[in-house]
Amino acid sequence: MRVVLAEDLALLRDGLIRLLEAHEFDVVEAVDNGPSLLRALVNHRPDVAVVDVRLPPTFTDEGLRAAIEARVQLPGLPVLVLSQYVEQLYARELLADWRGGVGYLLKDRVSNVSQFVEAVRQVAGGGTAMDPEVVATLLSRRGNDSPVGGLTPREREVLGLMAEGRSNSAIAAKLFITEKAVSKHTNSIFARLGLPQSEDDNRRVLAVLAYLQV
Amino acid sequence: MFRRVQLVLIAGASIGISAASLVLLLLAVLGAALVVVWVGLPLLFGAAYATRGLATTERRLAAIVVGQRIASPYLDHSGGNLFRRLQSLARDPATWRDAVWLLVNGIAGLVLSIVGLLEALLGVIFWWLPPALLVRINAHISRALLSPGTKSELALRVQHLTQSRADTVDTQAAEIRRIERDLHDGAQARLVALGMTLGLAEEIVHGDPAGAQRLLAEARSANSQALSELRDLVRGIHPPVLADRGLDGAVQALVLSSPIPVQVDIDLPRRLPAPVESAAYFGVAECVTNLIKHSGASKGVVRLRHVEERLHVEVIDDGRGGVILDDAGGLRGIQRRLSAFDGTLAVLSPPGGPTVVVMDVPCEPLSTH
Repeated sequence: MRVVLAEDLALLRDGLIRLLEAHEFDVVEAVDNGPSLLRALVNHRPDVAVVDVRLPPTFTDEGLRAAIEARVQLPGLPVLVLSQYVEQLYARELLADWRGGVGYLLKDRVSNVSQFVEAVRQVAGGGTAMDPEVVATLLSRRGNDSPVGGLTPREREVLGLMAEGRSNSAIAAKLFITEKAVSKHTNSIFARLGLPQSEDDNRRVLAVLAYLQV
Repeated sequence: MFRRVQLVLIAGASIGISAASLVLLLLAVLGAALVVVWVGLPLLFGAAYATRGLATTERRLAAIVVGQRIASPYLDHSGGNLFRRLQSLARDPATWRDAVWLLVNGIAGLVLSIVGLLEALLGVIFWWLPPALLVRINAHISRALLSPGTKSELALRVQHLTQSRADTVDTQAAEIRRIERDLHDGAQARLVALGMTLGLAEEIVHGDPAGAQRLLAEARSANSQALSELRDLVRGIHPPVLADRGLDGAVQALVLSSPIPVQVDIDLPRRLPAPVESAAYFGVAECVTNLIKHSGASKGVVRLRHVEERLHVEVIDDGRGGVILDDAGGLRGIQRRLSAFDGTLAVLSPPGGPTVVVMDVPCEPLSTH
């Protein structure tokens, strides 16, 4: 799997390259600023991009803007955004094109290597991987008038874990239920959100987007 | 008709004030003459204080006649012992302007207001004069003498700046202490524990690999807790989204996580200076926190405008009202922070609601976007 990486701190950049290459990713280019990131994304059209939000030259949200711009030029280009902090506003902006293939995680999640690698794969496959912190804040403020208001607490829990980018088997392990029970919940979620029969992955993305109320 | 009656009453009151001025003038002269004897000084200062009271009344009356508020020129003399207070009273330029007014009003003002009362009462005899001309002349003379002179304006400005600077320094020092404490008890302590756990794991890794693995997992969780505390701390100092997107984006991000629907209405053509953005952001954040935690509101509105070189912020909710600006409260802290930029914060919150908090800061937008 081909990866473009953007991270300005050399220490973290080298660490991420080592980590990704140890898990059979091929880092085709690693850049350290916003403008070269956009160029690298358009040139290489990688299977997935791993991008730090704050990059030179402005040290603000350069990386996020470059990622969104690249997805305008190459719709659906999978991008996993990493940051020292998560902001719901940015999650919304990343998800706003309703295409999936988007991840947004705190940098410290990298320390859980297997979960991080799973998130990169999830995003590369067109899924979503939202940080638990984003999901938790959303969970705390959702009223009954939102589209997910009609779900049972258990279904909301399952949907929250789907938003984090967990597979059915990971959700089953986390909630101590069988995988069959998870797929029963997901089918019920799709039905309640009025998502028509289609490829399962696509419905997962749509359900998550409804949940995050983009 | 009402205006006529009002002017007659004001002319009558002016006679009283002028007569009182004459008495105070005589007292002051007597006091000055007796300064060599000890009774002179208390007499002088008593007269000065009484003059302030009288001048304050005259300011109100004259304001009605000229149709314009007359600002008070007096400095704050409340600090220090009696001697210091009297010293600063004597140094206040307004005291000396008051003395001039006393002289003018006690003599010319008395004549003007007596004839003025007659004029106002008997419009027939003075038909050749515009109505209440003399009352007006008297009021304009008072305005000229009693509004703050250039010296008083400067002195008031210096007093205000000294106060707001002291407040700013205090607030900053308190903030730095808080950051130091948070770092010391939070992230720093966790990193120490992390180091110990790693050291322990290193020691036992050969003898007890399973135990070492448990310790490593523990170390990772301590690490992520330290990071999470640092994130919270950074948000409290300068939220990253404020640096990235300015006041506009930061306020939008702020209300996104509110459990109560808060509508934002923002019209800021350009970025503002960073210190103003930061003060205004924390002002809005404080109001939104109060709205969520205490107001019992079902909805709120945040409005941001930049007009005529001023940032204007309003936070409105439909809660139970009754918000007061007490000294220990967060809003007072915001008020102090804004006063460093000559900004103001006002709260309008009748019992039963609604609550409106208005912040207003003079500032020029940055030239580049």
